[in-house]
Amino acid sequence: MAVSQDAQPHVLIDKPAVPTGAGGLSAWKGGMILITALLALPLAVIVASVFWPDKATWSHLADTVLADYVINSALLAIGVGVGTFILGTGTAWLLSVCEFPGRRIFEWALLLPLAMPAYIIAYTYTGLLDVAGPVQSSLRALTGWSVGDYPFPEIRSLGGAILMLTLVLYPYVYMLTRAAFLEQSSSALNVARSLGLGPWAMFRRVALPLARPSIVAGLSLAIMETLADYGTVQYFGIPTLTTGIFRTWFGLDDIIAAAQLSALLLTFIFTVIIIERLSRRQARYHHHGSWQARPSFKLRRGQATLAFIACALPLGLGFIVPSAQLLAWSLEVTPTRDLGEFAVLASRSVGLAGLTAILALLLALFLAYGHRLMPGRLTFTINRIAGMGYALPGTVIAVGVIIPFAAFDNTLDTWLRDQFGVSSGLLLSGTVAALVFAYLVRFLAVSLNTVEAGLGRIRPSMDDAARSMGANAGLTLWRVHIPLIRGSLLTAALLVFVDVLKELPATLVLRPFDFNTLAVRAFELASDERLRDAALPALAIVAAGLIPVILVSRSITRARGNEGSISSRDPIDE
Amino acid sequence: MSRIFPLATLALATAGLGLAGCSENAEQNGDTTADQGATTLSVYSARKEDLIAPLLDRFTDETGIEVQLLTAKAGALLSRLESEGRNTPADVLITVDAGNLQRAKEADVFQPIESDALTDRIPANLRDVDNQWFGLSQRARVIFTHMENVEEGAITSYAELADPKFKGKICIRSSDNVYNQSLVASLIAEHGEEWTEEWATGLVENMARKPQGGDTDQIRAVAAGECDIAVANTYYYGSLQNGSDTDRKAADAVRLAWPNQDDRGAHVNVSGAGMVAASDKTEAVTQLLEFLTTEASQEWYAQVNNEFPVLPGARASETLAQWGEFKADDLNLSTLGELNPAAVKLMDRAGWQ
Repeated sequence: MAVSQDAQPHVLIDKPAVPTGAGGLSAWKGGMILITALLALPLAVIVASVFWPDKATWSHLADTVLADYVINSALLAIGVGVGTFILGTGTAWLLSVCEFPGRRIFEWALLLPLAMPAYIIAYTYTGLLDVAGPVQSSLRALTGWSVGDYPFPEIRSLGGAILMLTLVLYPYVYMLTRAAFLEQSSSALNVARSLGLGPWAMFRRVALPLARPSIVAGLSLAIMETLADYGTVQYFGIPTLTTGIFRTWFGLDDIIAAAQLSALLLTFIFTVIIIERLSRRQARYHHHGSWQARPSFKLRRGQATLAFIACALPLGLGFIVPSAQLLAWSLEVTPTRDLGEFAVLASRSVGLAGLTAILALLLALFLAYGHRLMPGRLTFTINRIAGMGYALPGTVIAVGVIIPFAAFDNTLDTWLRDQFGVSSGLLLSGTVAALVFAYLVRFLAVSLNTVEAGLGRIRPSMDDAARSMGANAGLTLWRVHIPLIRGSLLTAALLVFVDVLKELPATLVLRPFDFNTLAVRAFELASDERLRDAALPALAIVAAGLIPVILVSRSITRARGNEGSISSRDPIDE
Repeated sequence: MSRIFPLATLALATAGLGLAGCSENAEQNGDTTADQGATTLSVYSARKEDLIAPLLDRFTDETGIEVQLLTAKAGALLSRLESEGRNTPADVLITVDAGNLQRAKEADVFQPIESDALTDRIPANLRDVDNQWFGLSQRARVIFTHMENVEEGAITSYAELADPKFKGKICIRSSDNVYNQSLVASLIAEHGEEWTEEWATGLVENMARKPQGGDTDQIRAVAAGECDIAVANTYYYGSLQNGSDTDRKAADAVRLAWPNQDDRGAHVNVSGAGMVAASDKTEAVTQLLEFLTTEASQEWYAQVNNEFPVLPGARASETLAQWGEFKADDLNLSTLGELNPAAVKLMDRAGWQ
């Protein structure tokens, strides 16, 4: 266990043993570069347009709205960062070491807001809380006040957007942090306890610093998703870099200036990642402890009530209240489509999400393990670039996919027509393959961050042991690492699955003809200002996300148990 | 690990099942370039599925021509059309707002259609001069006032929205919205940039709240008393009038004020369509557009989405009829597209979020 860089006894053997097959490794590295180059292609297309001739839009933006865009995006990112950190780590800690009523249910239920698309929760809360909504209307009817007589917080504000995004994004931090807490060596905690630390001091001084890579992984997911959000800020009327990109692109008809804004967004997120990594310097965060029972605090009645409220609040506000509102709305209207069509929509959504989740998991394992085998700036940079798509809005990614895919199709078609007089038409454009590729570009960061955080907790001496027994890199991954980080792998697949289920802008423009999904259906109705009609498909998205959330979180809990027992039998352990 | 694999197999199996449905479509895509029989038309539409698919189904019933549909946002669809170039499967682009239609024309993704039926039925200001796009339904962007707090006739023009006597009284949505951009473009066309920028600055001063929400939200805010005056498209008012009890109450609490009835008329815009440049199915596409301008189709637009027909004499729905006759601005709608970037920059300078 290492809290800071000078407290790590194993620093000398930190690099895994010299690989047996150097040729295999360079092929591995080549594969990493190839994958990243492919995934970065849409980003490159966007960023490259920065160098096209300028229409002088940029100076107009700089003179008028650019400062607002940057400041609002920064405030939003900071606000959601702080909010998800507090909710995510706080609940994760309570549920890891404290005993209080309801704990078993909260363990998985706290993940449920994950299934709620951000723009849907924004629509529901606005419907509830804005000046014409039931809450304020009943308040006025009850008191005889009229609008303006009483103070009421404005939901459609920067603060409101921070709250909405925090409520649906904190599960990233919760999920990854809790995984870290559960995998943390309990000896560190027991030592801390024997030194007289209470649960709060232990949380602050031992558990949090130890879980830093996982917390950062979760936070950076939440922040990137926030920076890429379009639906919520657009509905709330907050000018940010993403709304600016769309306004510049479609309103000012200037795709170049829009690309420049996208590049600015990318620079922004890349800087944050680098600063965090530099501040970590050489510190490593593997477990070294033996696997004794984790300390557990039985909370007294008052404390238990507080802990219960702390967990019930995000669950209630992030899931129960909006779901109840959606349910109420969907009961108000008679559905325009029959349920058979719903089954088709749901099966397509689930199919796309499942396929992407598996592919993203495989790619993430390949890239993350490559970095473990060959630590260094190159592999670190490669992996960060591969995950950059998460910070860009889906429409930008979609256009980044359309342009090179159509160019490839058209070039091939032209060549075939010239050479053989046959036409291949569009091979890739408008297919499910193009759509899944766009999903991978957009969501690889989710699985990559999660898998990296999992691998980071396994100390390198495990690799050395396996390798000294003659296992090559692939076999070591297969026999040692994958079983050890099974929980992280399931988490990674689940997060991507739910993200794809909710994804809208790329799905909208890249899907084949007559190919609807739940998210498309919900959006079409909601954007037509028919919230009540949109409620049913929105509920279906939530329901489709719910089942895997529950299944996976249960099997993660089981997997964690096994991970503990594997390590306790580990002869190298201490 | 043993637990990952059953899960993975399950997920792969569902993925296969779920995606199986799309292979048929992929095949249909394939024959669009080769097929001269023209039995299938491919439509890219920025109109929502519910607001176009039923009409396309009727077209198929009448003509036997199958139609496949892809709906998405206007800007993204245009990017896809441009990138796909001559191999695009699309034959028709349907989109809302003249600005988007004009942009598609400027991007060279349309080709002209020669049809006397279309030019006879659609008034000249609602279609492109080169017959590259045709307006298919109209909506007006009008002013709504609070039934009690504002006297009838207190505001009669867009210009008055900037009048200081309405300080803190006006609700209007964000300038990101293309309907607002088109409204401002129409003011630029009428009064010039300088006047319009002053007007926009005055309007920003008069706003009751930071721009937010959609058009329906602005009408609801007037009904609730948060502001006295709102700007919104007519069909949103229509859907409130035909909505739930709460919606109908909100609609009853506001009054529709037709702007500029003594001079150029209320600002109108269209949803419309054009034939994609790469398509060779001229006959079928012409048939489709002509079908969309028949009396029955035009009445459908009015009935289903409370839009005004472009075909003079087509019967309006009951909802539309009760709003009464009004004078519409006959500005050529191509102008809106041309002035759109200028309108956006102007709103940026005026501080209209």
